[in-house]
Amino acid sequence: MSQEILDGLAVIVNEVAGVPVADIQPDKSFIDDLDIDSLSMVEVVMAAEDKWGVKIPDSEVKNLVTVGDAVAYIQKSTA
Amino acid sequence: MRIAVTGLGATTPIGGDVASNWSALIEGRSGIRTLTEEWVPDMTVHFAGTLAEEPPLDRVEARKLDRSQQVALVAAREAWADAGSPEVDPLRMGAVIGSGIGGFITLLNAYDTLKERGPSRISPHTVPMLMPSGPAAVVGLEFHAAAGVHAPVSACASGAEAIAVGARMIEDGRADVVLAGGTESPIHQLTMAGFAAMRALSTRNDDPQGASRPYDVDRDGFVMGEGAGVLVLESEDHARARGARIYAYVVGAGMTADAHHIAQPDPEGRGAARAIRAAMRQADVAPADVAHINAHATSTPQGDLAEAVAIRGALGDAQPLVTGTKSMTGHMLGAAGAVEGIYTVLALHHRAVPPTLNLHTQDPEIDLDVVHGGVRALPDGDLIALNNSFGFGGHDVAIAFRSA
Repeated sequence: MSQEILDGLAVIVNEVAGVPVADIQPDKSFIDDLDIDSLSMVEVVMAAEDKWGVKIPDSEVKNLVTVGDAVAYIQKSTA
Repeated sequence: MRIAVTGLGATTPIGGDVASNWSALIEGRSGIRTLTEEWVPDMTVHFAGTLAEEPPLDRVEARKLDRSQQVALVAAREAWADAGSPEVDPLRMGAVIGSGIGGFITLLNAYDTLKERGPSRISPHTVPMLMPSGPAAVVGLEFHAAAGVHAPVSACASGAEAIAVGARMIEDGRADVVLAGGTESPIHQLTMAGFAAMRALSTRNDDPQGASRPYDVDRDGFVMGEGAGVLVLESEDHARARGARIYAYVVGAGMTADAHHIAQPDPEGRGAARAIRAAMRQADVAPADVAHINAHATSTPQGDLAEAVAIRGALGDAQPLVTGTKSMTGHMLGAAGAVEGIYTVLALHHRAVPPTLNLHTQDPEIDLDVVHGGVRALPDGDLIALNNSFGFGGHDVAIAFRSA
């Protein structure tokens, strides 16, 4: 797993939802652990799309349950 | 009607909380400042009443809220704490927060994003931030107001209408406690241009703090201001049962309309006089019982005169102590009625009427006893005070308060 993407995503989630960067770990669920609501998740996705120049369709977003899922998806899309 | 006022919260150009607002009012301190934004030099008006203190919200909270929602939350939190943060059944809790314009700055910024970066870059928070009910919604959410959340929109009468609607919720048995108030964050090049185009704003750029001068013969328009005010309204039984401090009571609310012109007041002040009479009738009081009026008094040539005519029409020969606090705060549009409702409650509570600033020579056409030059005391005993609020579109609201 890309540490660089994880770190970048942590900054985004912190910016959007105020979750401490240290808490944003691969096994954490956006909804259940980090308390990211559906609107904030849209913001996270938009910021990730901007940062890595990828497209994350709505149909994929529902599969991004954990931070690790999102890192893997971004890593695959940028490979 | 007899609804207790048990908590007050306000953030305005003259203070970030109620205590600092009251000291500024007593000392006659203006909150009007020359604006420094880059667009200001192009404008005919270069000044406004900006918040004395920026909303003390954390970054994450603030980014999801339009400024009008931020200031409403700040005022609501202060009011709630001031009321003793009571435990209230959510099904008996209401929120009524009015606004004249709502989150239009969010709307304009989002439109810039749309044009520059396309529809996929529009924030998911855009709609909840720009809707006129947005401030009522966020206050209702934070304080679990499940009995009902309402957002009166009646231009510059919105804040007063919110007090009327909130009191009505309790009177009708829908709620025991209601957070009622108004909010506005109108300072933007577009609104300044729009109101200036109506020739509604003072253009006294060389003397911003002397610009808002209700009832003065040289008044030339209103001064825009931003802010919010929220009152905790509570059924008397509920307030007494928990031993709450009661500042005053809402005892009457009159709401009428001019049906005259979209912007001009009826020069005979008939709609406003009917609102004042309706508030007095509901309060079951006579003109001689009214000790004090916090007037709408925006400092426009026509508006102040029409209000004076309306007061004379409704009160006959009675001469209560009248003040125009917009001389210090500027005109906070949809927040004005709520903030001035708080000032009216404070005047009864402290038995003191704050002065009208910048009143040097009273317009001879205006037959009112306008407090100026210093505070005037109110007598002891049972007192009635009125707060008038009017708005473009001909909205007329008068609230009657009784001392506790």
